Amino acid sequence: MPAKRENKTPMLERNATLRATDFVEVNEGYTIAHAAFEAERCLRCQDPVCVASCPVHIPIPEFIHQIAAGNMQGAVDILRSANPLPAVCGRVCPQEDQCEQTCHMGNHFKPVGIGYLERFVADWERANVKSKGVKKPTRQQRIAVIGAGPAGLVCAGDLARLGYPVTIYEGLHAPGGVLRYGIPEFRLPNDILDWEIDLLKELGVEIICNVVVGKTIQLDDLFDKMGFSAVFVGTGAGLPKFLGIPGENLNGVYSANEFLTRINLMQSYNFPEADTPLYLGKRVAVIGAGNTAMDAIRSALRLGAEEGMSIYRRSEKEMTARVEEYHHALEEGVKFHWLTNPVEIVGDDKGWVTGIKCLHMKLGEPDESGRSRPIPIEGSEFIIPLDNVVLSLGNSPNPLLVNSTPGLDKDKHGCLVMDKDKPQTSRKWVYAGGDAVTGAATVILAAGAGKDAAATIHKDLSAVA
Amino acid sequence: MPKIIEKRVLTPITKLFRFEAPMIASAAKPGQFVIVRVREGGERIPLTIADFDAKSGTVTIVVQEVGVTSRLLGAHEVGDNILDVLGPLGEPAHIPPGGHVVGVGGGFGSAALWCLMRELKERGDRTTVILGARHDHLLLLIDELREVCDNLELCTDDGSVGLKGFVTERLQQLIDGDGPGKPDHVIAIGPMPMMRAVANTTRDTGIPTQVSMDPLMIDGTGMCGCCRVTVGDEVKFACVDGPLFDASKVDFDEAVKRNKIYVKDEKRAAERQQKMKEESANAS
Repeated sequence: MPAKRENKTPMLERNATLRATDFVEVNEGYTIAHAAFEAERCLRCQDPVCVASCPVHIPIPEFIHQIAAGNMQGAVDILRSANPLPAVCGRVCPQEDQCEQTCHMGNHFKPVGIGYLERFVADWERANVKSKGVKKPTRQQRIAVIGAGPAGLVCAGDLARLGYPVTIYEGLHAPGGVLRYGIPEFRLPNDILDWEIDLLKELGVEIICNVVVGKTIQLDDLFDKMGFSAVFVGTGAGLPKFLGIPGENLNGVYSANEFLTRINLMQSYNFPEADTPLYLGKRVAVIGAGNTAMDAIRSALRLGAEEGMSIYRRSEKEMTARVEEYHHALEEGVKFHWLTNPVEIVGDDKGWVTGIKCLHMKLGEPDESGRSRPIPIEGSEFIIPLDNVVLSLGNSPNPLLVNSTPGLDKDKHGCLVMDKDKPQTSRKWVYAGGDAVTGAATVILAAGAGKDAAATIHKDLSAVA
Repeated sequence: MPKIIEKRVLTPITKLFRFEAPMIASAAKPGQFVIVRVREGGERIPLTIADFDAKSGTVTIVVQEVGVTSRLLGAHEVGDNILDVLGPLGEPAHIPPGGHVVGVGGGFGSAALWCLMRELKERGDRTTVILGARHDHLLLLIDELREVCDNLELCTDDGSVGLKGFVTERLQQLIDGDGPGKPDHVIAIGPMPMMRAVANTTRDTGIPTQVSMDPLMIDGTGMCGCCRVTVGDEVKFACVDGPLFDASKVDFDEAVKRNKIYVKDEKRAAERQQKMKEESANAS
């Protein structure tokens, strides 16, 4: 019988004061005892709604049952069959909005810690399962994947598992996409990401870096010159948005993408041992209150900023960051200016940021997003003195591929236009998923889209084989 | 990793490298650039493509040793590999055909004019290059440029060769009808003060003028926004919208300030590099 314990087995976390000075992971993971203890809380429902609300449809009760039974290898096999990136997803998925939100335990108690258990199984695998060597593809039709972010990696993993030879083309010098350049190591350590990618290579996936399809080679070359049978586009949302207010080009103003890329991909925390610098003053504000904003401001504190704050035009209730990230940020000393809208970034005559001019806001009627519309309070202008402003306002899809590829249609937001029945673009044999299609969303939605596309590609190729 | 097959020392701190990169060589067009990284933990720096040849699958760049990465790259030799090269990036030069195009080059900017002028001459444009430097031995690639343009005009600060004076003085003379005559189009590639001076020279003449902006970059594909340049009332990303922009509209003041963000850090990194070099020299 499942154990009737009301609360989720807590995750061990590093002390907030200590961890706010380095980039070592905040969450320390479950021990095998924690995992078994938590696994016993799963009700093993007849209709596992958690599975339906998981974008990659992990057979959740099954893998949890294996943990409870002490069969960790069994849990690994079940998890891997559905998700090629469990160590990543177990760390960065917003489980509280997906599987754990629908968990029946949550009707009366706290939901089962599905995310923590997923992470545990992946970490157990990393510690205990040895490499089986590189698998050889069994099929002829070759598939190209554009972009080694979460959508592309999952799509490639599923196709390789089906026996297809898959080549991923990545623009940056290292694979991972937003997992590499965006998410800091205190949430997703690079060696975990490297390990997940190494497992994909063992499945036979080939990754070629420093190639921008649309610039280095054209999409049509992939078919005509290089002989690929199908292409998956997972180019992500890589174009940072700015506010369009005065002062955004002052020195000390960063997009969150640039700020995090300098730190994560380019390792500027290690400057001058690593060559890429970061300009960081004492007082740093991030504009926005999503997960990326939390990543940026928590990184700033770790790098020595004395004061870190989030400035957000809506209220605490509307913030989009995960609750866990918000709490971690509060514990680490991040301050929040709710209902505060920046109208100008001010600077000195040498071009450096000195502060930000803001207006207080109040909440009005719901807007098109369903959230209360923030309305400026006239005459409420005030200045917050600052050395850095990091703009975390979301991203638009990267236009490089679409602009250089005839017949690849995009909508007015720059997102790829998709077939209404399947994850195919306006071009036959060109499939897509992730932020390039939806605009900026989450890692797991991108992973789910990559998985769906892999299934469709397999179906379409099987029909002509 | 692209392998270096030719190295030429143009000045003590300016090196030319030709390396194998068949995909880039096939795709490149004049005006575009590559992003280069030379060591693990190294930074990504943009370098304008000086020349390319699809047939041999090679790309040529010219690098001036001004920072940690360019010095490391400069120390590469024939047979060495460059760790990462990404490209071609940016928009190619778009110049309406059939006119008299004047390319103005300063410093290692003359390298970037090389493939551009060849292409323009091959399609039938009349081409002039005005090249400037402090002394004659700092004028780069004179022979190569002479081959690919109709007129080569040299300017030096000390008068050691050509006109004693700045490139903009010669440009003004051309605008006034001297020598090869008034340009229909001007394209300036070189240090920021030179490009700004060219912009000011042609500003009221109505002659379309482009400058190749050289801001700091990281990814070079539009992802980070580090390379923001204000052009008229718009903010552009030099990596995807540029690097060539309408000279009359570029906010040079802002561009100069933005290129100075990391001066202190660059000094610190250079000192560290020097110290390591000395230590390794002492050890051996």
